[in-house]
Amino acid sequence: MATKVVMEALSPTMEEGRLVEWKKNTGDAIAVGDVLADVETDKAVMELVARAAGTLINQAVPAGATVPVAAVVAWIGAVGEAIPGGGTPAAAPAPERRADRPPVVIEATLGVPGVASPGATARIAATAGSPAAPVGPAATDAPRGDPAVGAVSPDGRMKASPLARRIAADKGLDLAGVAGSGPEGRIIKRDVEQMSVALAPRTIAPSGEAFSDVPVSQMRKTIAKRLVQSIGPIPTYYLTAEADMERAHEAREALLARDDTSKFSFNDFVIRAAAAALRLHPWVNAWWLDDRVRQWHDVHIGVAVAIDEGLITPIVRHADQKTLREIAAEVRELAGRAREKKLKPEEYTGATFSISNLGMFGIEEFTAIINPPEAAILAVGRIGQKAVVVDGTVAVRRRMRITMSCDHRVIDGATGAAFLKTLVGMLENPLALVW
Amino acid sequence: MANSSFDVIIIGGGPAGYPCAIRASQLGLTVGLVERDKMGGVCVNIGCIPTKALLYSAFTANMIRKQAKDLGIEVGEVKVDYGVAMRRSRKVADQNSKGADFLMKKNKVTVIKGTGVLTSATTVQVGSDTLTATKGVVLATGSRTKGIPQVGLEINKTSVISSDEALFLEQVPKTLAIVGAGAVGSEFADIFHAFGSQVTLIEALPRILPVEDADSSDVIAKSFKKRGINVLAGVKVVKAEVTDNSVTLQLEVAGKAQSVTADKVLMAAGRAVNTENIGLEKVGVKLTDRGFIQVDPTTLQTTVKGVYAVGDVAGPPMLAHKGTREGEHVAEVIAGHTVKAIDYTNVPSVTYCHPEVASVGLTEEQATAKGIDFQVGRFPFSANGRARATDETEGFVKIIRGKQYGEIIGAHIVSGHASEMIGELVMARTNEYTVEEIDLAIHAHPTLSEAIGQAALDSMGRAIDM
Repeated sequence: MATKVVMEALSPTMEEGRLVEWKKNTGDAIAVGDVLADVETDKAVMELVARAAGTLINQAVPAGATVPVAAVVAWIGAVGEAIPGGGTPAAAPAPERRADRPPVVIEATLGVPGVASPGATARIAATAGSPAAPVGPAATDAPRGDPAVGAVSPDGRMKASPLARRIAADKGLDLAGVAGSGPEGRIIKRDVEQMSVALAPRTIAPSGEAFSDVPVSQMRKTIAKRLVQSIGPIPTYYLTAEADMERAHEAREALLARDDTSKFSFNDFVIRAAAAALRLHPWVNAWWLDDRVRQWHDVHIGVAVAIDEGLITPIVRHADQKTLREIAAEVRELAGRAREKKLKPEEYTGATFSISNLGMFGIEEFTAIINPPEAAILAVGRIGQKAVVVDGTVAVRRRMRITMSCDHRVIDGATGAAFLKTLVGMLENPLALVW
Repeated sequence: MANSSFDVIIIGGGPAGYPCAIRASQLGLTVGLVERDKMGGVCVNIGCIPTKALLYSAFTANMIRKQAKDLGIEVGEVKVDYGVAMRRSRKVADQNSKGADFLMKKNKVTVIKGTGVLTSATTVQVGSDTLTATKGVVLATGSRTKGIPQVGLEINKTSVISSDEALFLEQVPKTLAIVGAGAVGSEFADIFHAFGSQVTLIEALPRILPVEDADSSDVIAKSFKKRGINVLAGVKVVKAEVTDNSVTLQLEVAGKAQSVTADKVLMAAGRAVNTENIGLEKVGVKLTDRGFIQVDPTTLQTTVKGVYAVGDVAGPPMLAHKGTREGEHVAEVIAGHTVKAIDYTNVPSVTYCHPEVASVGLTEEQATAKGIDFQVGRFPFSANGRARATDETEGFVKIIRGKQYGEIIGAHIVSGHASEMIGELVMARTNEYTVEEIDLAIHAHPTLSEAIGQAALDSMGRAIDM
């Protein structure tokens, strides 16, 4: 039973294509996905790919011919098989267009006497009935959900279910060119779910005014989705500790006094200390992946940066192997580009742990929301002078409160507490970082 | 016989077999259909159709008793006669069976009377005749009623009966116990109660209509209890003492022993598939662990090339409309079409007791078990103007909406007309419409279907009429 090969709409605006060159000849074995021909569209030269396997039994169109979208250009079937519908090997059935559209005049070599009734069927039937079939309306012979040539119908309409469209919009996927597996090539949920991440070029907008709307809405959606994910299905609990930052303060003052070419903040210090602590606590440097916990061997810390449209967490990679100076410079550079929306996706995806700091806003302490699949996030408050008891006497000390949100599915209370103890120890004794 | 070679031979002329025959004929194939009894199978003759006729009698009797006076209609004492209703139901069934006969003629399908037995992948023996199929053989042999012999409930056709006998009784038993409260058991409970039987409905699982949403089961259980049907769910039948004119069932209810004595017991706990004595073993057609014929999910071909199975024998759900689609599907496969697998998640389920229960997709319990993030939208018919006008306020529409994308995870309707209303939601799910597309459609006012639009809105937290 032979299958038609039709001129596909290889771009959303394409109405006809010029068959530049046949890549397969009559008699060649064809596998699904084989390039049959090069086709010049209104935009570029693209490949016409086989949707069925078998043998190329007929080229209905010579190289160089210009053919309307949906017109038959070839047949794939079994060796020696006749073309359904009584066509001679040299002839091609008329293009299948909607009945309400006039036939497009194609090259004279394509004319098919006696078969040319462009309005005969509005459906793209993959196959005709057996030769013995009583001739009836074409539609009765088309099976439900017959295979189709692509998701774009001859009139250029994208065929996709509302659910598929919604998922695609949410994930920023472009459905153009997707081969649907639903009825008549309709793109359905399954197809969108199977689209690889590689097909998602619209995640973050490049700089430039032409795209400024898209990233905002995509980002807000992502933020919302993530926050909802966090507050709902992630069993989160919080651990708060207070670190004495006097020695860190002294160390920072001393370093800044010595080298004024490089600046660093307390947050850079927290990142460095957390990175060192994470190396010692693999259960905190981990992802929850539903059926497994992935403990990362490297430490990549996401640093929350507020930007106009929301927030983003650029990542300091291998933070445990970097010096304070390197971390400080990197965070500044990443934050700068984040505000300019110039981060590449790989620069803000794949953190193993995150840190959010609102100390500069005078926030004493707060809780941050876990960025799944990460298992924890650290919320850092301001450093303020407080009266505390030191060695039995009241003293004024610089203190900082840190709160870690933990995904209980990964980190148990004692595990989280042990990590915080290590971290506070490092913050209170900066020398530990170079030990 | 004269013509013993066909493109397709179908064994069984029920709701899977005969549409298969018609579709195959439409596609230009010659078809021989083997049927040992009347055309239309169980569905038309001793299933779907006659029970609907009886349920209509039951509904009308209940309606007159309950509502006539309020509606301003005076009637005398209401007398019911099951025999009369039964004979009407037979007429309806016979008309439908004759309709199937006509369709066979119209579509030039050769009907061969007799029992078909597969003798090879391409031959079927009917009596002394051997029929040859050049393109495919389709097994559509259906299912039959069964008892539970393990507890002494073998169908004896007098005191222990099945739907096969219940549909031909001249009068109702004074007391009736029904074992199994799925669709069949619940429908017969409704019928026999309306005709004056004292009915006890017994279900082993924790609630009646166990495959439906728990909310649906609740409404029906309450409705049944209110009208005097004794509903026992979560009950194990331990033993039965059977005589010719009465049966005593020893039950275990929450660990405690209890007994029920009735003039008749109606067995409605599942059906057995007709896979015996049709040559499967000899030809190499394999069965699944559960006893259904093993088929390829896309083509419905059995483990033997060129032999297909459709309908009840091909696996659950054992529903006529599922079989019908399978029959049409296999005809297309045999005709050489490339087909896509049938999506069984979109097969609606309907119980025609009053009020009716209809559903498609997952129940709330199933959605929870699957870890789906969903929101339930609900609209009761007590808030629907049309339902109030026609005094049919029992029930609700419930739509389980996927939280992230608004897809319809499941939909459940309990209403006097649920069977007709579920179509909108089946259409929506089949085409992957979300609740927003349901809301986009303007529902006529005043109709029961407005409740579907309102339930869709409620699933988004913004019902208008509630």
